[in-house]
Amino acid sequence: MVARARSMIPTLLKTHETMVLTSWMKSQVTAGSLRSGQMKEDELKDQSERFLREFVHALESGETNDISGATWSSVRDLLAEVSRSRAAQGFSPSQTATFVFSLKEPVFTLLRDEIKDDAAKLAEEMWTATTLVDKLGLYTTEVYQLRRDDIIKRQAQELLELSTPVVQLWDKILALPLIGTLDSERTQTVMENLLNSIVHSGAEIAIIDITGVPTVDTLVAQHLIKTVSAARLMGADCIISGIRPQIAQTIVHLGLQLDVISKATMADAFALALRRTGQVVNRAQTKPT
Amino acid sequence: MEQIPILKVGRCLLVSIQIDMHDKLAMALQDDLTQKLVETRARGVLIDISALDLVDSFIGRMLSNIAAMARVLDAQTVVVGMRPQVAITLVELGLTLPGIQTALDVDRGLALISKLMDEPEGDRGARGAH
Amino acid sequence: MHVERTSTLEVRTSEDVVRVRQEVRNRSAAVGFSLVDQTKFVTAASEIARNTIDHGGGGSARIETITIPGKRGLRLVFEDQGPGIADIELAMQDGYSTAGGLGMGMPGSKRLSNEFYVESAPGKGTKITLVRWKSV
Repeated sequence: MVARARSMIPTLLKTHETMVLTSWMKSQVTAGSLRSGQMKEDELKDQSERFLREFVHALESGETNDISGATWSSVRDLLAEVSRSRAAQGFSPSQTATFVFSLKEPVFTLLRDEIKDDAAKLAEEMWTATTLVDKLGLYTTEVYQLRRDDIIKRQAQELLELSTPVVQLWDKILALPLIGTLDSERTQTVMENLLNSIVHSGAEIAIIDITGVPTVDTLVAQHLIKTVSAARLMGADCIISGIRPQIAQTIVHLGLQLDVISKATMADAFALALRRTGQVVNRAQTKPT
Repeated sequence: MEQIPILKVGRCLLVSIQIDMHDKLAMALQDDLTQKLVETRARGVLIDISALDLVDSFIGRMLSNIAAMARVLDAQTVVVGMRPQVAITLVELGLTLPGIQTALDVDRGLALISKLMDEPEGDRGARGAH
Repeated sequence: MHVERTSTLEVRTSEDVVRVRQEVRNRSAAVGFSLVDQTKFVTAASEIARNTIDHGGGGSARIETITIPGKRGLRLVFEDQGPGIADIELAMQDGYSTAGGLGMGMPGSKRLSNEFYVESAPGKGTKITLVRWKSV
């Protein structure tokens, strides 16, 4: 490939920085970037200024094609930052990408004004500008998507933690009512909650109630066993309760070896737990009047 | 090379592992404990791992070996103070340390060892493998 | 993929294994792994570092902080010029071991990582790569 002459864009952008910034801000605002007060004008100005600076700096290195290398890393980081904050503020992916795409207009205007006598040069610079801005805009969208995915995952995680409460039933006895299926991610959360509760409460027995678990297959059984093993490593024994008749049948049919005491009801499990921890619950004597 | 101190508390040997052990040190501890067990005729070994932020397969094997050797010498082993994140990792690794009793802390560990040491000798074989 | 930071450690003695653990611990904390994830990854590193010494005759560990759009993580690359692994599939089975251990170094480490790659052939040395991403 024929080596291209250095692009004029960085020099032009530096010389006309203020004008480009103003007109870029204007196109962003027109495109709705400040809609309903989600973002303040100062913040937008600050992001735009910093982007222009990094953009020029990266262009000055001579790399105008590949934005994945080290010269463009500051620009990428900045775009990732913009993308993340827009995603968190509730902007759509295209609105976020507008940050970058709306830079085209002021840059093209600048190029047309400054490169008047060389049509080939103008075409070449405009091509450089457009492909670069396109790549950066697409990068912004990519990061946006990933960030939204992260937010959704985190919300799912929080939901997960809310749905695996650990309850202290009695001195030294914890109960863990499981609702819903037990997949490997949920098992991690369950184990963390349970083990932390064991530490905080000094529990010696944990009753894991599976009334709310729809099916127990080989995988679910493995997850249960993992949880029981982890609790045992911390000195707490487990009792599984809430075994419905169908579950009992499935366990036998699949030949699952649940190496742990199991009871049909939480009440039975609790009674056993009391006995094993040497505790007794007495009925209060009514005083003779 | 540093040595991990082993204390005698009543009829028990108490080891508190405070540092990130390298393999040679772990082996030395194993040897030291076995020797002390024979010397003191202790009936229990309490290993406090509350300061360990990591137990890998080598250390796990060390603990299992100690428990096995102690059993041969008619002593009980209790491991105490495992941190939640260590327990979760061990379970993921597939190491469940069978044959080792565990307790939440030193107090409970000593209580458990007392209970185990006071059991009639015939019964002791039936208990244990978790 | 972009490599933000790299450090390389020798893995020849049992003290080196401790150094690897500490470096991976520090870097995991810097990337922002949760405590459980840190412990898992450091344990995986400890297992493979030990394998590098016991099976590979010693080698090196490269610890890299890596980023892809929206994600940051840690990549560990353990290399040795040892005899290599004849049957990788067999080595990845739980309970298999040629050194008299419990044989859970590799399959266990795989479970403790998000990504796990083995490149090895008899006489060609071994390269094991582990990656863990910061979860949200």
